[in-house]
Amino acid sequence: MSARDDVLARVRAALGAPAPGPATGRATAGTVPRAYRERGDLTPGSPEAVEVLVDRLVDYRAHVHHAAGPADVATLVGDLLADATSVVVPAGLDEAWLGGLGDATAVVRDARDDPRTPDELDRTDAVVTAARVAIADTGTIVLDGEPDQGRRAVTLVPDVHVCVVRTDQVVQTVPEAVRLLAAHPERPQTWISGPSATSDIELSRVEGVHGPRTLHVVLVGA
Amino acid sequence: MTRTFLGLPVRRGARTLPDDVAHPGGHGTSASAGRASDAFGDVPHPDAPLRWGDAFPDAARVALQNTQLRRNLAHATSTIRTKRAAVVGEVPDWEALRDAGSAIKTDVMARLPELLEELERNVVARGGVVHWARDADEANRIVADLVKAKGVDEVVKVKSMATQETGLNEALAAEGIAAYETDLAELIVQLADDMPSHILVPAIHRNRAEIREIFLARMGDAPPDLSDVPRELAMAARAHLRRKFLSAKVAISGANFGVADTGTLTVVESEGNGRMCLTLPETLITVMGIEKVVPTYTDLEVFLQLLPRSSTGERMNPYTSLWTGVTPGDGPQEFHLVLLDNGRTDVLADEVGRAALHCIRCSACLNVCPVYERVGGHAYGSVYPGPIGAILTPQLTKASGGLSGHDDPNASLPYASTLCGACYEVCPVKIDIPSILVELRAREVDADRGRPTGWGAAMKAASFVMSDARRFGLAGRAAGLGRVVAGSSGRISTLPPPASGWTRSRDLPAPAQQTFRDWWRDRPVDEPRTEGGERP
Amino acid sequence: MRIALTATCLGDVMFPQAPRATALLLERLGHEVFFPERQACCGQMHVNTGYLDEAVPVVRNHVEAFSPVLDGEWDAIVVPSGSCTGSVRHQQGMVCRRAGLDDLARTADAVAAKTYELSELLVDVLGVTDVGAYFPHRVTYHPTCHSLRMLHVGDKPLRLLRAVEGIDLVELPAAESCCGFGGTFALKNAETSTAMLADKMTHVKATGAEVLTAGDASCLMHIGGGLSRIRAGVRTLHLAEILASTKDAPAPVAAGATDGSAR
Repeated sequence: MSARDDVLARVRAALGAPAPGPATGRATAGTVPRAYRERGDLTPGSPEAVEVLVDRLVDYRAHVHHAAGPADVATLVGDLLADATSVVVPAGLDEAWLGGLGDATAVVRDARDDPRTPDELDRTDAVVTAARVAIADTGTIVLDGEPDQGRRAVTLVPDVHVCVVRTDQVVQTVPEAVRLLAAHPERPQTWISGPSATSDIELSRVEGVHGPRTLHVVLVGA
Repeated sequence: MTRTFLGLPVRRGARTLPDDVAHPGGHGTSASAGRASDAFGDVPHPDAPLRWGDAFPDAARVALQNTQLRRNLAHATSTIRTKRAAVVGEVPDWEALRDAGSAIKTDVMARLPELLEELERNVVARGGVVHWARDADEANRIVADLVKAKGVDEVVKVKSMATQETGLNEALAAEGIAAYETDLAELIVQLADDMPSHILVPAIHRNRAEIREIFLARMGDAPPDLSDVPRELAMAARAHLRRKFLSAKVAISGANFGVADTGTLTVVESEGNGRMCLTLPETLITVMGIEKVVPTYTDLEVFLQLLPRSSTGERMNPYTSLWTGVTPGDGPQEFHLVLLDNGRTDVLADEVGRAALHCIRCSACLNVCPVYERVGGHAYGSVYPGPIGAILTPQLTKASGGLSGHDDPNASLPYASTLCGACYEVCPVKIDIPSILVELRAREVDADRGRPTGWGAAMKAASFVMSDARRFGLAGRAAGLGRVVAGSSGRISTLPPPASGWTRSRDLPAPAQQTFRDWWRDRPVDEPRTEGGERP
Repeated sequence: MRIALTATCLGDVMFPQAPRATALLLERLGHEVFFPERQACCGQMHVNTGYLDEAVPVVRNHVEAFSPVLDGEWDAIVVPSGSCTGSVRHQQGMVCRRAGLDDLARTADAVAAKTYELSELLVDVLGVTDVGAYFPHRVTYHPTCHSLRMLHVGDKPLRLLRAVEGIDLVELPAAESCCGFGGTFALKNAETSTAMLADKMTHVKATGAEVLTAGDASCLMHIGGGLSRIRAGVRTLHLAEILASTKDAPAPVAAGATDGSAR
């Protein structure tokens, strides 16, 4: 018997033949009570939802910036990355957001069919991406690998991540985001809640380990 | 003593023991014996990750003498308890989430065969390869063969309880493959040639000063002026592992959840070491216990709320990765999923005990447990310590005697609790750990019935006395319950209510001169009700 | 109200002052108290030690002793113990079902539904928090694990204590941390139990209280035994004893051994 058949047979046997014990009845597939909040009180994209998101991000030691529109984004990105010698961007990123980068900053493109190696990414100072959705209650930004967010490696190896989030992408709760993401569950997702961190030493939190040590979130009005 | 580069462990059984101390119990452990002269404290070196060292009371006795350990644990657990309470307190529908999480897991266990097949189908459909492993050895063999097929002799690893449980690192070492743990706490444990003492924070028993010493002695490239500031220690780990991440060809991970209806795997982490392993190497091998499957993608909306707040006490952990098979051009282009049984089906067969399989490895129960807080994780003699370990370990090792009475150290684990209920209260999937502990005690007692024991005789005698008011009244009147029960079998030295273990640290009042029963009977019928304080 | 009293095995033999105070308190409040003589023990010790077969006759005796409550013989059953109430409510039915005694299990569940821990009975059933007690001493309260987490009595005992005339009620640090008793845990894992006890005693002493009170004689036996051993000068009294205490009949507070016989 193959290991597969063996394990599955054991599982079936375990479920079918109760061990001696109290006759509490076999576990049966029951309906799952979903009395939890499937959406929050705050309207997606509302100033209130954005305010909660900002509060959470700041708590994680992420840096939050507000932009009125695409031109504002370009200025902000330019200011934030003024010292960067190289920036990697996913091929599908809104070019208008990069208009503020100085001449001294080299822009490196990355795409699934034209990927940069990990070493190349390691030599790159920063990355700029868009996002798929943001969750206010938990201060989480989700990337799903589409062309404006890029391969998972580009948001991982460079030490600074500038993530541009449209305010209309902000939902309040985790279920709202999951249901939105469920349209494409096959996409590789990265949920980001602040810069990388560890609590492994005496359970006190230290920001900045292997992932980007600096996370800038640029919130742009829809 | 053999040590590979950077203190990476060789297979622990291959270790040369400094002295020929035979271990009682005969389970192949060399816990206190296999200790390096330059090791960092009393470090266990088990062959069996689910069964090492002495029975719990004896291991706990030793641990209690380590005052540094107790200080470290008290500080760490109180920190995390406070954080958890704060972030759980701000979720208005926390109880509803727990109810949903619990019900989803119950549903998973009931439908496990079909869900596993669905998961397999969807992983394969998206370009992944699914392997099945009956036990630890089979899982380790599958992984080792996959690594060797890639022609590499080192792998990077993201913290995984499943591979801790199978002893994968040691098995790979025996095949000449070095497995680099990349989680900070796992790195600390690995460099110190130690064992994990906590599910989430395996090095919780170490304080910053000890970690500094370990890094300086074993890391090889630690800055000589390294201080014990946590941020500096974390930066040393970043620098140490950076090249490994960028050059690794094969990574090994566990999984927090495997979604049946989409084939999506999930790893929840903090440092980015998980993302490094899951993203950069060409080949990813994920070892997942069969109980980790969840039915639908949207079920993640429940667990991704419950897990972070319960484990690290954060609203959300810094990074969560979700991947489905292989995504062309993004991440590993070869993905293997190893589905592991290793005793889980034995747990599943127990209608009461199977709820232990609902565990999502948050470790909240460890952090609130008054016993864990005093003795630490190593006393449990398993990679699964604390309250969840006390119900999971004996059941996972049931087939090899984990609940078989006096001769297996794991059979002592269900008694490693005061049944205070703190674990149940915080469990995000509402595992009724105290009730399962009681059930497992009953299993252990029943398995041991063939052997006359002091406890058994005392309990039988007490049952006889305490099931009848007349006998009980006489016993109470005679001289106190304990002595009468003792007299009934004549050779019992430990009794409920007890003697020696009690009186070492506590006084025991003499039984009352007059029992309540007798007072009530002798009480004048017209006794004035206001004389509440009158003492006969 | 007609109330049947569960003395508990420990209360009957070792700490009769707890059931005595319970009876006298309830009578002072105008209720009729009955002691079903057939009772012995709820079975908790057997259950928690894993001797479930041996628990069956003990549970059966308890259920039969108190089943007249189902015929209206009494209105309620009171237990001056959180853990015994918890055992009645959460374990007795399980023990019976496990032994295949479904009828007995149903009776046990029905009896359990009429069974209340003392503070539950006073606050929830009788609707009283000021029981007219007088106890002019510094007191600290330890919430026992089973009253807290099995019964969820919450702050009911504290509300009762706050209403006591003359009391100086001080908060116990880390109050909700287990004292380390755990029944046979105190024997099977004596050293760990002692370590937990030591921390609890440190907190008790830090309050400067003359009296430590709780709703369970068993935990008080443990903590009191430790306090007595180190001559801490703190006396343990069951919650019922403080609530029963009046100016005319004060509860004793002389520091010393917490035994049930020396009066």
